[in-house]
Amino acid sequence: MAPPANRRSGFSRRAQYSTFINYSAGVVGALVGAALLIVSITQPGFFSFMQAAAADTSRPAAEATAAGRGVTKGLLSDVSGFFKTAGERARLERELDIAKTRLIELRAVEAENRRLKALLGIMQDDGRPVAVARLTSSTASSTRRFATLGAGSRDGVQKGMPVRSALGLVGRTLDVGASSARVLLITDSESLVPVRRARDGVPAFAQGAGDGTIRIRLINLGINPLRKGDVMVTSGSGGLYRPGTPMAVITEIVRDGAIARVLANPSDTDFALVERVWAPEAPPPAVTPEADSP
Amino acid sequence: MKLPAFLTADEGPRPRINRTPSPLVARGLPWLSIALASLLPGLAMIASAPVLPPLGFLAFVGWLQLRPGLLPMWAGLPLGLFDDLYSGQPVGSGVLLWSLSAIVLDLVETRLPWRNFVIEWLVAIGLIIAYLLLALAFANIAGAATPVRAIVAQMVFSILAYPLVGHMVAVADRLRLTPFREIR
Repeated sequence: MAPPANRRSGFSRRAQYSTFINYSAGVVGALVGAALLIVSITQPGFFSFMQAAAADTSRPAAEATAAGRGVTKGLLSDVSGFFKTAGERARLERELDIAKTRLIELRAVEAENRRLKALLGIMQDDGRPVAVARLTSSTASSTRRFATLGAGSRDGVQKGMPVRSALGLVGRTLDVGASSARVLLITDSESLVPVRRARDGVPAFAQGAGDGTIRIRLINLGINPLRKGDVMVTSGSGGLYRPGTPMAVITEIVRDGAIARVLANPSDTDFALVERVWAPEAPPPAVTPEADSP
Repeated sequence: MKLPAFLTADEGPRPRINRTPSPLVARGLPWLSIALASLLPGLAMIASAPVLPPLGFLAFVGWLQLRPGLLPMWAGLPLGLFDDLYSGQPVGSGVLLWSLSAIVLDLVETRLPWRNFVIEWLVAIGLIIAYLLLALAFANIAGAATPVRAIVAQMVFSILAYPLVGHMVAVADRLRLTPFREIR
């Protein structure tokens, strides 16, 4: 490409000043960026109001594209269903997927029930979702895994609520705007979920690996009892995530845990359910000594 | 891209001679197209891994390479901030990296006034790799722990997508200078 016009400012004061100011502005831009970066690293959440407002602003476009995505996906699955001897089979497979997940869920609930009955029946919340909404957009080009949900504080969504789809856990809400909420997906490397094996309750932590998979870290070290194909469900330890929500299937065993695939792939998720923060029953208060102070 | 003859053939009066590009479009289209490109990857899909190229950054580099001096040196400040709001990076990462890229591209511009496609692509490849690695580093400092192998595929996609984005920028540039405003 040909070089553009002469860049020398010559003896013109005006040209000299404007060149100088141009370069200074560039450097000032970089310095402002560095300052913002330091603030957002040292005080996480400082700019979350801006991000929430931005998500609110882009919500109409995001809703429209989300609907478009749904149509395209439906079309693609219909076409593939036709090639797999008719669309019926695609539908049945989808139903079977959900049914399998439900089965795992029920098994986990059963195990949970048995355990809780031993503790004299503690579960009492109804488990109805707070809101049902589309996942409208996501950070597809960043290494952080956030998605935007089309429901916000107006719909009763609050910070820290677990988000799931019909197939399993998706993530939890991070900041909430008026009509949208940012969701930290479980594949983000900052997301840490206490899980257990659905079959027998081997406890572990599920941490996002950042590349779309999940790293399962066992709590008990020693012989690794995990097998390929094991399903991990949330254990509810420490509250937040309701126990028994299906989460991931183990695909690869490593020395101190496993690599797992997410059950509720967010790109296949049409609608997500926002659940109430699950709080385990507090243990009975210890016998207090004389509480009055002088 | 040359239009076929039947599309460009002039029939009737030629209302071309008193037309000029709209100054609003000529000045604003680069900013608008970069902002839209920043929004696009988020809207395109709900991804569970970083897969799509950072289209906003690619369009920014594309405009700076196609029309050096059209965007001021401080353009990285507002455009990078807009990108940060939607990209999921810690706020400030885009502002810093975009501003630095503008400075680097200006240096390249002064050192290498004569460039061809390959040199521009090589410069862009260097910038893209540095951008993705530093963006990963900033995200990791801010709390994440993503390994570098997670962005290798994205790096390859971005490098291959760059000429395509450059082509889109060129189309936008032609649209930008289309004379459709009538002079009276």
